Amino acid sequence: MSDELEIPVLTTSVEKMVQWARRSSIWPVTFGLACCAIEMMAMSASRYDIARFGAEVFRGSPRQSDLMIVAGRLSRKMAPVLRRVYDQMPEPKWVISMGACASVGGVFDNYALVQGVDQVVPVDVFVPGCPPRPESLIYGIVLLQRKIDRQRM
Amino acid sequence: MDATAIIDIVRPRVPDATLEAEASIDLPTIRVSRAHLPEVCRVLRDAPALDFAFLAELTAVDRLPREPRFEVIYHLACLGESGPPRADAVQPRTPKRLRLKAAVPGSDPRIGTVSALWPSAGWPEREVWDLFGILFDGHPDLRRILMPDDWDGHPLRKDHPVQVSRRTRTTEPLQVSQAEFLANIAASRAQRSPDLPGSGDDPDGEEER
Repeated sequence: MSDELEIPVLTTSVEKMVQWARRSSIWPVTFGLACCAIEMMAMSASRYDIARFGAEVFRGSPRQSDLMIVAGRLSRKMAPVLRRVYDQMPEPKWVISMGACASVGGVFDNYALVQGVDQVVPVDVFVPGCPPRPESLIYGIVLLQRKIDRQRM
Repeated sequence: MDATAIIDIVRPRVPDATLEAEASIDLPTIRVSRAHLPEVCRVLRDAPALDFAFLAELTAVDRLPREPRFEVIYHLACLGESGPPRADAVQPRTPKRLRLKAAVPGSDPRIGTVSALWPSAGWPEREVWDLFGILFDGHPDLRRILMPDDWDGHPLRKDHPVQVSRRTRTTEPLQVSQAEFLANIAASRAQRSPDLPGSGDDPDGEEER
């Protein structure tokens, strides 16, 4: 009688493993520009808590992060800085444009503000709102996780 | 202290200036001629009875198409007992506020600076230059403060458009020139300890064997 030890093994594809790892540990870099930053802070606080979605900690350095949440108005003077911080992030990286001002310029159609940060960085998810509720932003992160699931290696 | 009382103290000290009290509901307001504004401000700050040691606000108004086109507005405050101590203080030191208005024509938009009297005027005058285009004679560092350095125009003028579609600049100019960059490399090479390989000039690669 053979006494075979049952070793619990899960078989999957490398791609699925990588996708799961990437989407379950998205660490944002702090890029709060204006009022949306308050709601982003609320989202990371205890009531809404994105740590349970894997965004455990907001990194201070772009070199240690995967996600840039552009939270707030981007002025023309700040646009090169945004691009520089984005360029300093290592691949794979994603961008969420949070709020109306980051997405399309919001209520401020004027000389000072960039009418949508997608003129400066490639954006994966746009979250509307002024400001978006924390639940909206969490939904944006969930959508990003689904997008990461679809990405091929 | 109302505007006429202030004018009565200032006028003997600056006889050429045009000083008129303006009717206003919130602060005593005095209209000053542009040429004498810095001198009037010096008297307002230094006279013991006035003691306006604090410049609270410095801004401008574009009244296009009315003439004179611009008005530069100063909000001064005497902080009373909380103000800077001075030997010739008039007791009791009562806190008071004052608004000064100086008309500036659009054809010659300049006025003297008050940043030598109140250092806090430095950045507000830069802001007025940036947004209105009014030059401040004698300002130590008059350059743009809110708009990008290469911006054309002065946004708060009435003839500047609100909606501007321009290509957004996403790069910054290089901070060092090519010559400086090469000089930096040479300097850091010279600084390396002579014991380490690669610190001296070794064009034929003899040290590497």
